[in-house]
Amino acid sequence: MTNLADLTAHELLGLISRKEVSPVDIVNSCINRIEMYESQVKAFLNIRDAETIINSIREDEPYSAIPIAIKDNMLVKGQPATCASKILSNFIAPYNATVIKKLIQNSFNIIGKTNLDEFAMGSSTENSAFYPTRNPWDLERVPGGSSGGSAASVAIGFSIWSLGSDTGGSIRQPASFCGVVGLKPTYGTVSRYGLVAFASSLDQIGPITKDVTDCALLYSFISGYDPNDSTSLNMPPYKFSPPKGDIKGLKIGLVKELMGEGVDPSVRACMDNSIKIFEDSGAIVEEVSLPHIEYSVPTYYILATAEASSNLARFDGVRYGLRANGKTAEEMMFNTRGEGFGPEVKRRIMLGTYVLSAGYYEAFYLKALKFRNLIADDFKKAFERFDVLISPTSPILPFKLGEKISNPLEMYLSDICTIPVNLAGIPAISIPCGFINNLPVGLQIMGPTFSESKLFEVSYGFEQATSFHKKRPQIGGS
Amino acid sequence: MLSIEEVIHIERLARLRLTDDEREMYRKQLNDVLNYAARLDEIDTTSVPPMYHVLPVSNVLREDIPQENLTQEEALSNAPSEDGGFFVIPPILGGEG
Repeated sequence: MTNLADLTAHELLGLISRKEVSPVDIVNSCINRIEMYESQVKAFLNIRDAETIINSIREDEPYSAIPIAIKDNMLVKGQPATCASKILSNFIAPYNATVIKKLIQNSFNIIGKTNLDEFAMGSSTENSAFYPTRNPWDLERVPGGSSGGSAASVAIGFSIWSLGSDTGGSIRQPASFCGVVGLKPTYGTVSRYGLVAFASSLDQIGPITKDVTDCALLYSFISGYDPNDSTSLNMPPYKFSPPKGDIKGLKIGLVKELMGEGVDPSVRACMDNSIKIFEDSGAIVEEVSLPHIEYSVPTYYILATAEASSNLARFDGVRYGLRANGKTAEEMMFNTRGEGFGPEVKRRIMLGTYVLSAGYYEAFYLKALKFRNLIADDFKKAFERFDVLISPTSPILPFKLGEKISNPLEMYLSDICTIPVNLAGIPAISIPCGFINNLPVGLQIMGPTFSESKLFEVSYGFEQATSFHKKRPQIGGS
Repeated sequence: MLSIEEVIHIERLARLRLTDDEREMYRKQLNDVLNYAARLDEIDTTSVPPMYHVLPVSNVLREDIPQENLTQEEALSNAPSEDGGFFVIPPILGGEG
């Protein structure tokens, strides 16, 4: 018999409305999964107790029966929000993030806060100050990052869906590594109020789900204008309608620069197969060059660290979070930040401080802003000829824990496919497009600003022609 | 090539207390990243305008009307040290500076 924890939200909502399943059974199946496997996967930093989760079910509110997990850099009033950092290990959120407020208004049942790379800085969830999360497809491998806990939770059925945040790929890359769907929406369409800031001009919250329909559905609940976020766009929220998946005649550009020598041959094989699937469905796929995209990684690591170094200045031991000893206020701040931040966060603060410091601002920061313009312009030109662009989500397969952690530059380079999207502010979705030795591979589909509906149509069309989204990981051969 | 003195200078600007081992590690790793970032010199960008933000919005203001906000108690609820509605910190003067 199918386990309820393996179903999608839209399937479960259908079962609930036809009274074929009881809401308590759905919630219990997720709780059972957590009891069975969480000690091995470690997707969560904080789980609500089973009684509270079950008591949150409301008879007339179907979404209260569909457990959701939230990345631990979003504020849920009265709950810890640690950002997987020692510096916030005792922090209790005094208010709700706007996305959380929206979910609560619709009676969503939040079952826990998920693990991440400290302050969302990383691509493997190994930078968590508490413990790494493991990939449900292979416990020796990373789930990707930084939203590794949210992606692993959905893949193994601890929750039916989840929210992540994406600054340079932190929703899409873990979705790819865990064989699920992840959307980085257009910048400004989802409020960042109550999301702990990493790089404010790049950060965006988005859904992680088992299939495209769930992704569109969850996106409809979190998008929309918010006066509390001054970078929120004043436009109507996305309205859900089930995608039809007609992609006949669609013009798809395969980004040449993202299919270079760094792409693992097995990922390349999955891409070739994906192109064939699109063509068989009536789409036209052609190669397109975005000449400045190869400069994305240095551009991103200058801009993101510069923004991070100023955003993280607020963690000074004065108003909240960890406070270390010190005879003077300044000494206390030095010690607090030295003890409270982990190695990757310090590395990025150092880099960001350097590129903004006197004498280097123009050589690094200003120059990177110019490249950001060139990269955004490359996309604009490409979208004059193509409806959407495609690439691998990650050039490599999920790697083993410890494999890359000692070489930051190598880790940064693995973000090459996802970073350009954040720099340009456009939306992109990652969907499963194959398995190599039982490890998932993700396909990234990118569109112009506000093309989320189109991305759902294209990825649903792909999904209908494949069955990768129906595969679930098995832990311990059960 | 970044020197240890420069690393200590950045460390001071960023208000971070680092150990000698951390300084040496970051010196090497930041050099790697900065050398890689030197690729941005390959293209002449003199005439390219910088892109500070992807959205065409600026100077976003709201009406000057008081809104519901955190209470004093809520705002102080995570304070490491507080007294009579104030955040308490060690003395500002008197240290090495």
